[in-house]
Amino acid sequence: MKRMLSGNEAIALGAFEGGVRYASAYPGTPSTEVLENLATYKGVVSEWASNEKVAFDSALGAAFAGARALAAMKHVGVNVAADSLMSASYTGVRAGLVLVSADDPGTFSSQNEQDNRQYARFAKIPCIEPSDSQEAKDWTALGFEFSEQFDTVVMLRSTTRLSHSKSVVEVDVPKERGELPPLPKFERKPTKYVTIPAHAKLRHPIVEDRVLKLKAYAETTPLNRIEWGDKKIGVITGGVAYQYAREIFEGYSILKLGLSYPIPEKMICDFAAQVETLVIVEELDPFWEEQIRAMGLVCYGKDIFPLTGEYTLTVVREGALKAGLPVKSVEKREPAQFAFKVPPRPPALCPGCSHRAPFYSLSKHKVLVSGDIGCYSIGALSPFNAMDTIISMGASIGLAHGANQAGLEERMVAVIGDSTFFHAGVSALASAIYNNSPTMTVILDNGTTGMTGQQGNPGTGETLQGTRGKRVPIEPVVRAMGIENVWKVNALDEPAVDQAIKAALTVKDKPSVVIVEGTCVFLEGFHKRQVVSVDTEACNGCSLCFRVGCPAILKSSEVDAKTKRPKAAIEPLLCVGCDVCLQVCPRDAIYRPEAVEVVR
Amino acid sequence: MIEKLDMLFVGVGGQGILTASDIVAEVGLAVGYDAKKSEVHGFSQRGGVVDSHVRWGRRVGASTAEIGQIDILLAFEVLEAARWMDWLKPAGGTVIVNRQQITPLSVSVGDWKYPPEEDILAAKSRADKVIVVDGLAIGERLGKAQLANSVLLGALSQQIEGIDPDVWTTVIQRRVPKKYAELNRTAFWEGRM
Repeated sequence: MKRMLSGNEAIALGAFEGGVRYASAYPGTPSTEVLENLATYKGVVSEWASNEKVAFDSALGAAFAGARALAAMKHVGVNVAADSLMSASYTGVRAGLVLVSADDPGTFSSQNEQDNRQYARFAKIPCIEPSDSQEAKDWTALGFEFSEQFDTVVMLRSTTRLSHSKSVVEVDVPKERGELPPLPKFERKPTKYVTIPAHAKLRHPIVEDRVLKLKAYAETTPLNRIEWGDKKIGVITGGVAYQYAREIFEGYSILKLGLSYPIPEKMICDFAAQVETLVIVEELDPFWEEQIRAMGLVCYGKDIFPLTGEYTLTVVREGALKAGLPVKSVEKREPAQFAFKVPPRPPALCPGCSHRAPFYSLSKHKVLVSGDIGCYSIGALSPFNAMDTIISMGASIGLAHGANQAGLEERMVAVIGDSTFFHAGVSALASAIYNNSPTMTVILDNGTTGMTGQQGNPGTGETLQGTRGKRVPIEPVVRAMGIENVWKVNALDEPAVDQAIKAALTVKDKPSVVIVEGTCVFLEGFHKRQVVSVDTEACNGCSLCFRVGCPAILKSSEVDAKTKRPKAAIEPLLCVGCDVCLQVCPRDAIYRPEAVEVVR
Repeated sequence: MIEKLDMLFVGVGGQGILTASDIVAEVGLAVGYDAKKSEVHGFSQRGGVVDSHVRWGRRVGASTAEIGQIDILLAFEVLEAARWMDWLKPAGGTVIVNRQQITPLSVSVGDWKYPPEEDILAAKSRADKVIVVDGLAIGERLGKAQLANSVLLGALSQQIEGIDPDVWTTVIQRRVPKKYAELNRTAFWEGRM
């Protein structure tokens, strides 16, 4: 049966068909849907971990126990898991372990566009790179066997364009599978699984020997294939870039690398010898190109194609044309001329968002803010402009601590979400407390992992497969860690949020925490209320309400006679009645027409 | 059957663009094309611009089409039609616009102006055909704003020759909640009027 599956759906199906028993991940675009889909298959234990290292460690533990396992994460998540990954390369696995790394060329939803094929070489593990959903499914299943055959973690690298594109997949396995046999007894083999120096020293040559075996395998594996055509040009490509290369270099010869690392050196030399001009088409780093040039081959690569950003048909076409390669050009026309400029549509905090009041307050008090990763990164944008640094998951607390300890005169406040707090904030807070930090931390607890689409986390107690896990409440945790100055406030109570932030700012010799507790508007627990209205008589266009950055508050065409500024208006289709603007208005010009509560 | 068809669906996060483009990809598959679609999730969806590519063909390579080569641009929001106009092919392109305006934050905070609708729709120099659909109004008249999407699919179906409308309605009805299946069928036919 033919079905349209996204890359992530296909990876999940492939894992199921490949006999995966345990899977763990931390949500992160573009990888999130792998586990969300895997969770729907019977017989697979699928979990959200508190961070990617925990996810990888858990999958590794399952593999050591003899269960085929999968860990999925976005590219930067592999940085978090890298500590274990590097040593897991030495231990190898027992049952197959596939690490899904979903990279984000083009930084659609990420803080960088690192190329994780480099991790495969760094860790000396194989990297498989599918080009469409069919390959994603087939090769994930294959990945487990491959992992067991070579006793290694296998990286399956996806990119945003693979993970979030749908293409046709032949689906032939029903969603049920037979009982898997019980796990074998644990293999007690300290020289393999215990990486004390004496053992690690012995494992390293085994790793190097494995690379040689993988190199030999690369020459024969069907993952790498040649599509012969006109030999005037030979293109070496793989992953999603293969699709662009295939269209633009139509009719020419293509060597498609499905095994990204290690590369088949002999196959490449033979291919190069048969074509007139060699062209390497790969997104991001010159990963293959450097290895191919080191083999003494001459080729086009990053001299004509960009090192940065996502590739497209246009990018590949223009690069090829620039180098004078005989590919088709397309007719171009001048950009459309309008009588107006198209206003940008930047992402915004949703109407009713529980992050609104704290950012309004932080913006008002003009403190420096060390931010973190999540929807609340929007606090960096207009009208709040209330974020001065964002680096990585959990970095907000360490950064603010360091800046304050180093003697920065202005106050730097850390802002972090609930899921991010459990990801890498807890250890940073412990370090700050231990070092007598004066750092103030605002924890924005909206009861979910919001940005990636409302996943559970330890703070919510909602597990991936719907069983009720144990909730780890934030307030007792920070109190038990030794913080005396803790405020917990309702996110939609703007004056209370502001008061708590003001009070915490006065504590200058001890660490403090403000927990702003609310409910993400996408959660069932969020109740929409009667929309608010503007009393145009009372509104004088003071513009304070515009500074809460709500998409439902508009500048009306009516201008106040005295201030000469536009009055406010509410878009009733968008307003959810959260009241933050109403509380901010100094003239009581925003009001609720009827004091009736309606449940969405 | 036409050789290939590149379509681009654009609008604002939350408008149901991803579902609509899913449906169109499946229609392509149902009538025997290879089909691919591509979209982006995450950060941009928070009130930001959403775009989704759908490509039909005998064998489709890339899941995203090329800028300046789109056959049909389907804009779920008026302003977005202007933003994406340059993606249309130089000649013979069609734009279908849903008459709905969603004010971007850049406009509501007063930094920018939302251009007049007639100015946007006057951009005919780029498209050979501009079709304006009262999707939202029709959807609301039928009882649900979300039905606008099926109205738009109806309008789209009319621009693609040689496909039995029943193929469209079958796929639509499979993808929407059962209790709204019939209403979506009605909305689809309204879009073909």
